[in-house]
Amino acid sequence: MDRIPILRLGPVLVVSVQGDLLDSVAVALRGDVGEQVSAGGVRGVILDVSGVTLVDSYLGRVLTEIAADCSLLGAETVVAGIRPAVAITLVEMGLRLDGVRVARSLETALDVFDGLGGTRGVPRARAAEGGS
Amino acid sequence: MTVEAPTVPMPVRTDLDLMRVREAARSAAAAAGFSLVNQTKLVTAVSELARNAVVHGGGGEVRIDTVTDAGGGQGVRLVISDHGPGIPDISQALADGHTTGHGLGLGLGGARRLVDEFSIESEPGQGTTVAITMWAPGAGPRRPRRLSRP
Repeated sequence: MDRIPILRLGPVLVVSVQGDLLDSVAVALRGDVGEQVSAGGVRGVILDVSGVTLVDSYLGRVLTEIAADCSLLGAETVVAGIRPAVAITLVEMGLRLDGVRVARSLETALDVFDGLGGTRGVPRARAAEGGS
Repeated sequence: MTVEAPTVPMPVRTDLDLMRVREAARSAAAAAGFSLVNQTKLVTAVSELARNAVVHGGGGEVRIDTVTDAGGGQGVRLVISDHGPGIPDISQALADGHTTGHGLGLGLGGARRLVDEFSIESEPGQGTTVAITMWAPGAGPRRPRRLSRP
């Protein structure tokens, strides 16, 4: 896989990141998210990393940069579902995802953007399925 | 420390090589009975170091060996080497925040904090070799394991 699919739920983009990422795929994702946000109407971006088994300083930097890009483009980013083993590794390594908002799960992340208008009325179960 | 069945070094030149090294390291860590947390720590450490070899060393190689201590306890040792320009000031390179612009400046120091044993040799003009070892619970040299950052 050289491109990660980006799902749109009203004003929110949902990106389900899975497995171990090639650097080139992470960089392509950054470009794709930026383009979709700048195309208009996007207020929030959820990066669901519950399927990601490793975040090294490179991927950590890409996540931080995506959040910073989106912030400049007028959208807020939430990184959702960091695995416990990944969280422990990040803390021990001393890697803080500065400026990145996090949520326990995709579901909680969707709650963050509740009230923006677009995701209202989307049944939660369906919204969660759409991320895979 | 005894090396069991020495393995053939894996080349690292591209991000696809990095992914292969991470997969091989995870398999070795799982086979040695590491917890999921320790598997993740070891794989993250090797990802940092192998990336350094690619970005700064112009490519290199990674050897992954299963090792045993005197009591038969298992560990995994990885040796990451390159023939790049070397590191002029190792203590500076190990310091947090030291970056050449490709990460968050935590590569070398961060990797050191994730493993049980860490050694680095670097000769200007000759290259850099980093060896890391992680032991299964109860194995390896007896010393208190750090629970958090110093």
